[in-house]
Amino acid sequence: MAVQLDARPPVAPAPPRPSRAARLSRFDTRYSPYLYIAPFFLLFGVFGSYPLIYTFWVSLHDWDLLGAEHTFIGFDNYTQLLADPDFWHSVVNTLGIFVISTVPQLLLALWLANLLNRQLRARTTWRMAVLIPNVTSTAAVAIVFAVLFGREFGMINWLLDLVGVDAIDWKANRFAAWTAISAMVDWRWTGYNALIFLAAMQAIPRDLYESASIDGAGRSRQFWSITVPLLKPTIVFAVIISTIGGLQLFTEPRLFNSGTNAIRGGPLRESQTVTMYMFENAFAPHYNFGYGSAIAWLLFALIAVVAAGNVLLLRRLGGGVRKEGD
Amino acid sequence: MSRIWSAGRLTYLALTLTAFLSIFPIYWMFVVASRTSDAMGQVPPPVTPGGSLGANIARLFENTDAYFLTGLINSAIVAGTVTVSVVFFSTLAGFAFAKLRFRGRNALLLVIVATMMVPTQLGVIPLYMLMTKLNWNDRLPAVIVPALVTGFGVFMMRQYAGQAVSTELIEAARMDGCNTARIYFHVVLPALRPAAAVLGLLTFMTTWNDFLWPYAVLNDPENPTVQLSLRALSDGYYQDMSQVFTGTAIATLPLLLVFIVFGRQIIGGIMEGAVKA
Repeated sequence: MAVQLDARPPVAPAPPRPSRAARLSRFDTRYSPYLYIAPFFLLFGVFGSYPLIYTFWVSLHDWDLLGAEHTFIGFDNYTQLLADPDFWHSVVNTLGIFVISTVPQLLLALWLANLLNRQLRARTTWRMAVLIPNVTSTAAVAIVFAVLFGREFGMINWLLDLVGVDAIDWKANRFAAWTAISAMVDWRWTGYNALIFLAAMQAIPRDLYESASIDGAGRSRQFWSITVPLLKPTIVFAVIISTIGGLQLFTEPRLFNSGTNAIRGGPLRESQTVTMYMFENAFAPHYNFGYGSAIAWLLFALIAVVAAGNVLLLRRLGGGVRKEGD
Repeated sequence: MSRIWSAGRLTYLALTLTAFLSIFPIYWMFVVASRTSDAMGQVPPPVTPGGSLGANIARLFENTDAYFLTGLINSAIVAGTVTVSVVFFSTLAGFAFAKLRFRGRNALLLVIVATMMVPTQLGVIPLYMLMTKLNWNDRLPAVIVPALVTGFGVFMMRQYAGQAVSTELIEAARMDGCNTARIYFHVVLPALRPAAAVLGLLTFMTTWNDFLWPYAVLNDPENPTVQLSLRALSDGYYQDMSQVFTGTAIATLPLLLVFIVFGRQIIGGIMEGAVKA
């Protein structure tokens, strides 16, 4: 680098008065970026964030569709909800379906990703085959699965009968209904998660495995000591996505049940999720927007709590496998 | 490559079983859709297509509980409009966030990422009230307009534009006197095309598939989306199962066609997104 011997500031030539074109171009570079991001913020502001804030305001009111007055009642909707057995029933349903769908789903996805991560013939075809459930219509699949899980003529009961198991009334038994709905969710999402895990697996340097196998580690040892720990960030990502999706479950249980009690998830609310309970209260038949909004906020809180709990749990489980600071 | 990576016979067996389980419910949907209604009660259940598809389709389109044709047309309008809009606005904003400098850029990007975390349910009730005020209830703008932009799209395009659009090229274009809008159309958009295609496919599939929000806001049974037609069919008083399955098969068909044609790109998009997340 040249040493500056002369301490005086360099003499700059007086800037020429910018031409019209130059001023226009300055204006363009400085302000046009805002123009490009404005549509998102305008539309999201009106149809995304405004409802989010307003929903909280509504939840503090006795807000009936038909009522002319919307009385401010503070947190009454919330206290009423916390003492509402039907609400807690829907929370238990949601958590139950979430647990019995997510745990096998992610384990299966890991296993499937591990299979797909080998040297395969017709690689793309296998990947498409495992992803195909994910690109079907949820509503259509829910209807088809409701028939597969039918009591009288369902194919599942027919298969169970072949191996000597008595017919199960999938809709009338609470745990059976959870299982059937979890089966739909797993069918739809296992392949998707497998591809996400596969992408992360392919980023793991192969020499790690080579040196491990020189050290005498078998295939399953390598899987649990190298693949799974290095996949942890991706697993956390998948768990959070599954938590958000799983706790919002609506289409599958709604269409698994049909007829008059559909939004209740069956006559005894066997498979009513929190979102269904919110719909039941906010729209037909009750049209109680205040109560419905309070349910929406408690659902949000539930998602946040479960997601945070999952992250903490995963951190603990993986503790000591990886070095700190990654 | 070392031996541990090779796929043995068991691998293929397990994958074949998985593929069978993945495809069977869809296949079976088409089987029942092509048979008469007594297919449901047969033991063992039939697993080959029958010859009643045409008759089932005819009954389905005449069914005044479902308004299936209206549903199909509405879904095509909604998914088409939303896809074009999301791709356009996402590439525009993604380009700005990746390649242009402006005050508040990082904070605004953070807002966009945060919007991806919020469950849609939280806004359903006020959004419904807003639609009532705008007099959009039971009409298509109610499902189209809130979906015209997504945080996911902007974020995805921003990630992609960062590496796919060369800064030198943008500067060269600016030297040549291009303004930013011209740069977007002539330099950025062509470079973003592969990712924009994936975003378009994912958006089309999500929108076509959406059930919750249309279910809340489109209550007029004569003006449904196709997923609402399916609900009307499955909730009907009589259960003509072959007709219902014809409906589910037709509602799934556009998604399957998109997937068969663009499957490679969709898989690539999902896997790429995963690594970056």
